[in-house]
Amino acid sequence: MSKKKVSAKINGQPVEFLCEPRQSLLECLRDVIGITGTKESCNDGNCGACSVLLNGRLVNSCLVFGVEVEGREITTIEGLADWQGLHPIQQIFLDRNVVQCGYCIPGIIIATKALLDREANPSEERIRSWLSGNLCRCTGYDKIVGAVKEAAVILAKEKGV
Amino acid sequence: MTTEFKVIGTKPIRPDVIDKVMGRAIFAPDIMISGLLHGKILRSPYAHARILSIDTSAAEALPGVYAVITSKDLPQTPADNAELKYSRDNFLAGEKVLYEGHPIAAVAADSIHTAEDAIKLIRINYEILTPIMDMREAMKENSPKLHENIRLKSLGQDNGRPGNISLHVQHILGDPEKGFAEADEIVDREFTTTMVHQGYLEAQSSTVLWNPDGNLTVWTTTQGAFSVQSEISRILDISLSKIRVIPTEVGGAFGSKLRIYIEPVVVLLSKFANRPVKITMTQSEVLKATGPTPGTIMRVKMGAKRNGKITSATAELYFEAGAFPGSTAGGSPRLIFTEYDIPNGQVDAFEVLVNKTHVGAYRAPGDVQVTYSMEQVVDELAQKVNMDPIDFRLINVAHEGSISISGTIHKKIGAQQVLEAVKNHPHYKSPLKEANMGRGVAFGYWPNNGRDSSCIINVNSDGSVTLVTGSVDLSGTRLTIAMQAAEVLGISVDQVKSSVGDTSSIGYTGSSGGSRTTFATGLAAIQAAKDVINQMSIRAASLLNVPVSEITFERGFFTTSTSSSAKLSFSELAGKLNQTGGPITGKGNVSPSSWGAGFACHIADVEVDPETGKVSILRYTAIQDVGKAVHPTLVEGQMQGAVVQGIGWALWEGLFYDTQGRMLNSNRLDYKIATFVDIPHIETELIEVPSPFHPFGVRGVAEPAFVPPTATIANAVADALGKRIYSLPMTPEKILRTMDVID
Ligand code: FES
Ligand code: FES
Repeated sequence: MSKKKVSAKINGQPVEFLCEPRQSLLECLRDVIGITGTKESCNDGNCGACSVLLNGRLVNSCLVFGVEVEGREITTIEGLADWQGLHPIQQIFLDRNVVQCGYCIPGIIIATKALLDREANPSEERIRSWLSGNLCRCTGYDKIVGAVKEAAVILAKEKGV
Repeated sequence: MTTEFKVIGTKPIRPDVIDKVMGRAIFAPDIMISGLLHGKILRSPYAHARILSIDTSAAEALPGVYAVITSKDLPQTPADNAELKYSRDNFLAGEKVLYEGHPIAAVAADSIHTAEDAIKLIRINYEILTPIMDMREAMKENSPKLHENIRLKSLGQDNGRPGNISLHVQHILGDPEKGFAEADEIVDREFTTTMVHQGYLEAQSSTVLWNPDGNLTVWTTTQGAFSVQSEISRILDISLSKIRVIPTEVGGAFGSKLRIYIEPVVVLLSKFANRPVKITMTQSEVLKATGPTPGTIMRVKMGAKRNGKITSATAELYFEAGAFPGSTAGGSPRLIFTEYDIPNGQVDAFEVLVNKTHVGAYRAPGDVQVTYSMEQVVDELAQKVNMDPIDFRLINVAHEGSISISGTIHKKIGAQQVLEAVKNHPHYKSPLKEANMGRGVAFGYWPNNGRDSSCIINVNSDGSVTLVTGSVDLSGTRLTIAMQAAEVLGISVDQVKSSVGDTSSIGYTGSSGGSRTTFATGLAAIQAAKDVINQMSIRAASLLNVPVSEITFERGFFTTSTSSSAKLSFSELAGKLNQTGGPITGKGNVSPSSWGAGFACHIADVEVDPETGKVSILRYTAIQDVGKAVHPTLVEGQMQGAVVQGIGWALWEGLFYDTQGRMLNSNRLDYKIATFVDIPHIETELIEVPSPFHPFGVRGVAEPAFVPPTATIANAVADALGKRIYSLPMTPEKILRTMDVID
């Protein structure tokens, strides 16, 4: 199948890649570009493991075609930390020992960022409903909810809200 | 004893999690090697059919295809080795397909899409046979047989007749009939449950690099690298020494990654393609063709005196095996009634073949089902004798020395302490009684496990150490094992670099399962740490010029009894190893024959919506004897995760098939697992009754926590409805039917 050239910005860097029209953004990230932090599970929009930000909006990258991201900006889990340290959401997830197997975690952290980018102080109910598209089979969600609440407080302080 | 610990019982950060929050951890689907090909498996659309012919020529001719294999490429199986034949048939079907999703052929190609195109070009002629989807149907004398050569093995005897019942085991204690005659009240009920999937997010995925010299490397998501190695060896007739298995990070397992499904297929593809090959299953393949927990039919009868003493208990348990023999049926009798001290009883368990995927292990395998049935009968009996359900259980609870119906003799256990903690818990004492609300409790036992483990510890010149075990880390055991070594070595846990070895770098270690890892591999680490101390004591003796018998090691220092000033810290001595004889490696190889069982009791409050039949969990508390919590946060996490899986099993989860054997819910939308909004905060209380078989008192924790939830929710729903539902899952439809809202 003939390939199309796509130019996009991934984690702040301009990237050009070739992809088949049938390849999803998830597949392009993992198999074409070679960054595997974004996880695949259901591949049909029902688990959130593949969550990324597309122009700042939360999407399931398995439901977006690679060719659709032409000229757009993508943030994946690899784009959150820099050499000075982890993003506060990552730091809290690490410090509070909320992770079990960790397979859902990149998606949940990205989804959490999308929430906290737009809302400073979400209630527990809001957190649970916002994250309800992200499945986790291991943790029972309890400690993740706690970590998200803590991250919200830290981020609000940073922003001076 | 507790106050003496420096490391055990603290809550350090897991060393593997930084990679997991950054997206850097390498799970099996993330493996990339240059020249990598993608594999795809052709699976049967029919649940029961004879394969008349397979034509792979068009697939082989497709550009980009490097290899196509079928069962012909497996080694010849001797006619008298049925067990090996079943195993090989489950990787690539021989004469028959026995469930929807049964693998038939596989392709390796330059992209996953080419591989998908190629398998569509494989032509197969089938003779479609009647599928047997139901155990009652399967057990009928004149039902079609899945296998011609299966004879019922009843109580160790082959009865000679072919059939679909592959196993019958029985245990009897005392005189069950006499026991029932002494009872004032008897409850006799039948329960059914359906197959349930482990539901982990990371699908089975393996990458194999086969070299022309016959050596091969396997990267795979598994609970045990050594079992993958021995299975590949057995299935493909390859020497163990030629197979190196490197376990990746594991994205959830819960028993499902004890058995292998794709590795031998990927080995053959890599061999014939002469390139590395990766297969990652899709969710639909995972749901259709890996090993869920069996569905069951269970008849449970128990009798008690008016004073609450249980006099007799019997159970007849039927477990689905799926397409091939081998299930938890054989072990299940050891799991029912074991919570209680009952003088008379009988348990019969049967394994029944049906045209569904071959069942596997799911967290406390077999125990969830039998406890679901038993604990509801216990509740009904408590009601009949007018007793509080916890008081009733306390009258009958097993103690050290109690012998169960199946012959388990309990050691030191925390069963009574757990029940007492429930009685005293604010949740249990809190009032609840609005219309449509109900409260349930249930009690559960899991034996835990021991088995083989290996560990090595190398001492670095700065006083830190590296620790390697063969135990795949499913959710924090690198840390909990390192903590035990640190405790013995008298150093802080961040001075222990802990990692998981592969089959070429560490001694044989059994799989991470049965809630054994922190216990048994912890014992190996303790042994290795003691070996380090012994070897270092010899060095200390030579440096301090005293006989080694005078060296003692305490709180991080090697001291002599003769001089109080002469002492060496662990790190000081570590820096002098090269001058005193060279590097030191401590080793631990254990195979513990005893371990401490785990008991858990849960409390749930539910509310049933009379219009929709939806059950909401209002409050949930899990109380468990954890022996000694090495890392309390991780223990709590195990308990909470187990409860949420159990709630799903109780209310929604199940694999559903039509009469033709096609799965109706083989995707993540229709196979629903609990989400963030379906469950409340899960409260936990850790009871610590140290196990006598571990120097720190450690018991397994992950599985005991999974035993009570389905029964707990069932008892709570029964309380809310005033009526009982005798099957799982308790869907809104069943609830409305029980409430007579719909017929
Ligand atoms: S993999 Fe995209 S939502 Fe599940
Ligand atoms: S931690 Fe395993 S799926 Fe969430």
